[in-house]
Amino acid sequence: MGLTATSTGRRAADSGLVIQRESPDDRVIALAGNPNVGKSTVFNALTGLNQHTGNWPGKTVSNAQGRCVHKERGYILVDIPGTYSLLAHSAEEEVARDFLCFGGPDAVIVVCDATCLERNLNLVLQTLEITSRVVVCVNLMDEAEKKHIRLDLKRLERHLGVPVVGASARSSRGLSDMMDRAAALIAEEEVSSPAAVRYAPPIEEALALLEPVVRERTGGRINARWAALRLLDADDSLIASLSRFLGFDAAADSTLRAAVEQARERVAREIPPGELTDAIVSGVVRRAEEICLDSVFTDDIRYSLRDRKIDHVLTSKRTGIPLMLLLLAGILWLTITGANYPSQLLSGLLFRVQDGLTALFHWLGAPEWLHGALVLGVYRVLAWVVSVMLPPMAIFFPLFTLLEDLGYLPRVAFNLDRYFQRARACGKQALTMCMGFGCNAAGIVGCRIIDSPRERLIAILTNSFVPCNGRFPAMIAIITMFFVGTQPGLLPSAASALLLTGIILLGILATLLVSRLLSGTLLKGVPSSFTLELPPYRRPQIGRVIVRSILDRTLFVLGRAAAVAAPAGLIIWIMANITVGGSSLLSLCAGFLDPFGRLLGMDGVILMAFILGFPANEIVIPIIIMAYMATGTITDMSNLNELRSLLEANGWTWLTAACTMLFSLLHWPCSTTCLTIHKETGSVKWTALSFLLPTAAGMACCLLLASAARLLGLV
Amino acid sequence: MNATPLTLDSLPEGRKARVRELLSTGSMRRRLLDIGLIEGTNIECLQRSPAGDPVAYLIRGAVIALRSEDSSRILVD
Repeated sequence: MGLTATSTGRRAADSGLVIQRESPDDRVIALAGNPNVGKSTVFNALTGLNQHTGNWPGKTVSNAQGRCVHKERGYILVDIPGTYSLLAHSAEEEVARDFLCFGGPDAVIVVCDATCLERNLNLVLQTLEITSRVVVCVNLMDEAEKKHIRLDLKRLERHLGVPVVGASARSSRGLSDMMDRAAALIAEEEVSSPAAVRYAPPIEEALALLEPVVRERTGGRINARWAALRLLDADDSLIASLSRFLGFDAAADSTLRAAVEQARERVAREIPPGELTDAIVSGVVRRAEEICLDSVFTDDIRYSLRDRKIDHVLTSKRTGIPLMLLLLAGILWLTITGANYPSQLLSGLLFRVQDGLTALFHWLGAPEWLHGALVLGVYRVLAWVVSVMLPPMAIFFPLFTLLEDLGYLPRVAFNLDRYFQRARACGKQALTMCMGFGCNAAGIVGCRIIDSPRERLIAILTNSFVPCNGRFPAMIAIITMFFVGTQPGLLPSAASALLLTGIILLGILATLLVSRLLSGTLLKGVPSSFTLELPPYRRPQIGRVIVRSILDRTLFVLGRAAAVAAPAGLIIWIMANITVGGSSLLSLCAGFLDPFGRLLGMDGVILMAFILGFPANEIVIPIIIMAYMATGTITDMSNLNELRSLLEANGWTWLTAACTMLFSLLHWPCSTTCLTIHKETGSVKWTALSFLLPTAAGMACCLLLASAARLLGLV
Repeated sequence: MNATPLTLDSLPEGRKARVRELLSTGSMRRRLLDIGLIEGTNIECLQRSPAGDPVAYLIRGAVIALRSEDSSRILVD
């Protein structure tokens, strides 16, 4: 497309994306494809990067880039969001189209799903209309083989007129071959000659009128036939992009306008204007159908029988929802039981280190305030956060990633969609909630998979009703201490898991109620169109899942929590040790908040801990303990019995525990989440609302529970 | 195949049909076209969700869930 030399360092189509070349000889390859065809897997395998992968459509939400070296030549790979088409109906499609068309890639690799080739070919055919430097990568060949689908790639290549390579990206098969073909195309050692889709005669005649004018007016800088087709179809977003990237104002060009008018009149004689888009799309779909009839063979017509059988169990009327709850409770149970012992071990170890540090400080003759601030402040909170958070996360994240890889999450959305429909929201909100279990900020970024702006905002505003990983450990500890008992055994841990499941259900209920409330008030509207793809189940790569989820997610989240915990520990220690008028700053603040805290069934210390925990929810319980310890003592923080005595000595009852858990579920999102909301909505108003909504809900619930319990004389 | 057309939402589980006409408009129509659902496309009703809506359909080798509100605007026979 002649943009190669000039595109070095130029801003590519996605406004945030600047191609970063390490050497001026680096070539740019765009990775396009339908959602969920393994594009990110191809990207990761080639670049060695770790773009998040998982078996559900819509994980890649913005252009990512990485470098790979193939046969001593550098390539910048750009992973563009998965789209079904390039007709620019959604923001993602516009980003994809603009990058392919104006971003100046030297070649495009379209990744396809071998088990569902026909639909994927729509995108291939549309891409071929834009550029001829295309390599088609038919991914998931291994899956296709298992399903007895045979593909004749030679014939496919003949039909398409561009290189076609079979691949299984998860085991890196075929990728080297694919890069060879792309390199040959870029070096012009291989010349592709894509066969254009032939449209209905009136469209072809109109194109014959328009194409030469477009070619002349744009100076051959974009594919004239394709641009003519889009202009014929009144694609306003393309007209805008033309002037943005080529500096060519299509709307003001009278020659072009006249030609477009003439061409549209020609078409309108046989195809009414309202049906033109349909006719164009049908042309592409029919061509894809023809090609597949000749090159894809299904030996066993019931090839997807296994998936259907699994779906009949996992999404049926009788078993769908009970199994979903059982699975959730099961994961929580494994997390609670599995984390118990390592948590104790870790905290024992870390507190022995604390004793060592104390000895070291004394030996060095360090002043007491320094020892207090660094060891009793910074180190102790850090040690607590690590020992309480690391084990559950290291179990929860891999289990969750396994479900994600398997393809279960879209089934959750399928099972729950009816309820979201009643709340006039989008069923895909369930997917973003699942992400929220890991981290609410991740869940909010994930809301980009929801197309309708109204429904996306609802999902963003309610995401923090799902308790994230930073809140689980505190909830588990409180449940164990106050509701189940600290004696070990199967029964207590199962009871803990069930209680936690109940709390999560409460969060889901709150999500649905608040979504409905928003739909009826601030975000009025009816549900928009909804299509949800249920991908084939894939066997997860267990080893890789464990390694990746621990390295990418667990350590990342832990690192962030630790970064916040260290300064928070310092602040708490300082507050506990600076005295004003005979009492510490800490007790002054807590005392000030106390009346309000008690009204909500908690106390001033707890409320202050939630406020100080704004940077990260993980540190709420450590702050509570440190604040109480300013007056009491505790020898071993990992011992929940001692912890319980400390809390009870500070006036905790079952009501305090229940209200603290309730408030943990329903309160303001953490600072990272708030920043993410601001970034995603671009609005202070919506960010403020996302802060106030859960806070108001939490305060109302706590007030209600506390007042009811007190009136009934239960405490 | 020239019997009176049904709407897609009334197609029972396990039954196949061929799309006669799309009555949907706007973004839903575009989305259906994107996934290859045009006139003449074969479609199979696979399974209802636990609450009866949405329903999963097999469309050109992919499993897609549609809400009854949308599938009632697709005529099949």
